[in-house]
Amino acid sequence: MSFFKKLKEKITKSTDSVTEKFKEGLSKTRNNFSSKVNDLVARYRKVDEEFFEELEEILIQADVGFDTVMELIDELKMEVKRRNIQEPAEVQSVISEKLVDIYNSGEELSSDLNIQENGLTVILFVGVNGVGKTTTIGKLAHKFKSEGKKVLLAAGDTFRAGAIEQLEVWGDRVGVETIKQAEGSDPAAVMFDAIAAAKSRKADILLCDTAGRLQNKVNLMKELEKVKRVIEREIPGAPHEVLLVLDATTGQNALIQAKTFKEATNVSGIVLSKLDGTAKGGIVLAIRKELNIPVKFVGLGERMDDLQEFDAEKYVYGLFAEQVEKADL
Amino acid sequence: MAFEGLADRLQSTIQKIRGKGKVSEADVKEMMREVRLALLEADVNFKVVKDFVKKVSERAVGQEVLKSLTPGQQIIKIVNEELTLLMGGEQSKIAVSNRPPTVIMMVGLQGAGKTTTTGKLANLLRKKYNRKPLLVAGDIYRPAAIKQLETLGKQLSMPVFSLGDQVSPVEIARQAIAKAKEDHHDYVLIDTAGRLHVDEALMNELKDIKELTKPDEIFLVVDAMTGQDAVNVAQSFNEQLGITGVVLTKLDGDTRGGAALSIRAVTDKPIKFVGLGEKMDAIEPFHPERMASRILGMGDVLTLIEKAQSNIDEEKAKELEQKMRTASFTLDDFLEQLGQVRKLGPLDELLKMMPGAGKIKGLNNIQIDEKQISHVEAIIRSMTKEEKLRPELMNSSRKRRIAKGSGRTVAEVNRLLKQFEDMKKMMKQMTGMQQKAKKKGGFKFPFNPF
Repeated sequence: MSFFKKLKEKITKSTDSVTEKFKEGLSKTRNNFSSKVNDLVARYRKVDEEFFEELEEILIQADVGFDTVMELIDELKMEVKRRNIQEPAEVQSVISEKLVDIYNSGEELSSDLNIQENGLTVILFVGVNGVGKTTTIGKLAHKFKSEGKKVLLAAGDTFRAGAIEQLEVWGDRVGVETIKQAEGSDPAAVMFDAIAAAKSRKADILLCDTAGRLQNKVNLMKELEKVKRVIEREIPGAPHEVLLVLDATTGQNALIQAKTFKEATNVSGIVLSKLDGTAKGGIVLAIRKELNIPVKFVGLGERMDDLQEFDAEKYVYGLFAEQVEKADL
Repeated sequence: MAFEGLADRLQSTIQKIRGKGKVSEADVKEMMREVRLALLEADVNFKVVKDFVKKVSERAVGQEVLKSLTPGQQIIKIVNEELTLLMGGEQSKIAVSNRPPTVIMMVGLQGAGKTTTTGKLANLLRKKYNRKPLLVAGDIYRPAAIKQLETLGKQLSMPVFSLGDQVSPVEIARQAIAKAKEDHHDYVLIDTAGRLHVDEALMNELKDIKELTKPDEIFLVVDAMTGQDAVNVAQSFNEQLGITGVVLTKLDGDTRGGAALSIRAVTDKPIKFVGLGEKMDAIEPFHPERMASRILGMGDVLTLIEKAQSNIDEEKAKELEQKMRTASFTLDDFLEQLGQVRKLGPLDELLKMMPGAGKIKGLNNIQIDEKQISHVEAIIRSMTKEEKLRPELMNSSRKRRIAKGSGRTVAEVNRLLKQFEDMKKMMKQMTGMQQKAKKKGGFKFPFNPF
């Protein structure tokens, strides 16, 4: 059985809500998936340069990035030669296999969160402006709360107009408390307060919002380092996770974002937001490969429960199929 | 990991064909591969790149190489020109309705920066055109979006029309226009909720607002960091709403901003403004030739020149230049110069605009701390007149006094003096170089990275 078939079967058979969400989010993808792939391969009698060129286009249009695409194509060519594959149909499985391989290369990294069994777990959220940090926190708060955990939010975006209120609305919606200070106050001081509050209220999870900042703003990145330092000082081992929120529509700049935020705050995972649009955020492959940062969650909408754990296989499936569909037009 | 600019990319190719009189087909082919890569890395859409490269190749083959240029420079020149052309007219104006108020609708994906841009545009309309805009809080979905616009309104001392988040945006727009007429506002800026271009229900809502308000402008707000998907977003918003222009945001980041080209290519609608920061005055008209240079990674020379022109006192500049030439440059002049440069804006931004700045060793990673410059100023100000004129007078007791006076350390004083000496040396060399270049007929400024 081919890899694609296996993958497809795995996905269609499982009926859990996670898969349903993924399917909903990537709905444009799934429709007639196999026929679309067949269309691509049907147009080619043999696996030749042209075939690879079109494949290259498909992947670049998913924002995978030129270097990663070239590497993939090279490996594919080798694999095709090695297995002596003539039929384009047979290449299908290899493509997906290789994509998952690229994602899984390097260290084994789990996409699970580092949650403390006993005591407080602090999660810091970082990212550029407008990627969906606050929304992601709201969704994650909901997830933890429904798991029976005591959650607290820290309104660390003291800069953007209305940011504190935005987090508070999410807090009210989910039913968790938000620790805040006035707009314009020192975000590190907010964290200090929030940690004290979390300790005294015996919270399990503290989710820390920060202001969006472009990674080339040195002073703002330093401010972020300070926020992290304060958290480290108050609780040894914290923050237990630093999650970089990336907008799936972002192109190659996402790699620079990941690199710079990693240098400043030692990012431990990525939340790929807004994956319910037509963008696929293929750059996470390069980020995983070059910086060894795993994707931990994907955002698939604006509702509270629209945050799902990342699954490389399902992601690749969506990534590829969607692009094939586009290439067909 | 920062992506190489086209100029850097073409470097090796150019070595091979230096000195040729004509650009051959093979040369073009080789160089176009690099052009293609540079554009893809800048996030220009794949199909747009394809068409573009084809067009440029056709134009480039067989071209006479201008005397002052190398074949590589010639190609860059053509690419730059075509790119600029493709991005269309510059400095687009905002429409004015002959039956006020003029209505502007702001639309786009989530997180593109619509609300911030709404505030900036209102500020611009008031400051530059002396208009009286009314801001309309039409994003009833995102938590605290209304509050965000209200806060911006307060900062700008501008009225914000809101009916809370329980009234439909269409109704809000309707009442807002009535209110604007009543209060004699000549512009109405409607902020709307971010939405996906594939969200049918929400896109219909925008159509309804459009139908009702008959806006004079519909601005699509797009994040400059957007990747390949920019074409889908722009095309979809344009087809469904008929946008009149684009505002490109977050261009103060380090993205190349290839999305600009993609959007322009698929919608044929002008990019009217760019957002360059979080402050309410961080908005500028779009300049196609600057964007072209940026996408190609060639530095934004024109912006730099323009900034310098508007901010540097010409008399003083001449005086300084004279001093540099004669090497009678003192610490006082240095202080003066720092002040002049600082007027241009944040220094790291200036550096980014310099062509080839990325190639100077050590300079591409340099981070200029504005605070440090203040420290330098403090140190110089703590010197006596005599010391400023003749730094060689400096001894340890003087240095200690200066350090105390400026609140810095002696080591910092030493470092500054050393830097100043180095600078003087460099100036001597530079004036030498300039004179040589003049003899050769001068170099073309924007194309000198080779």
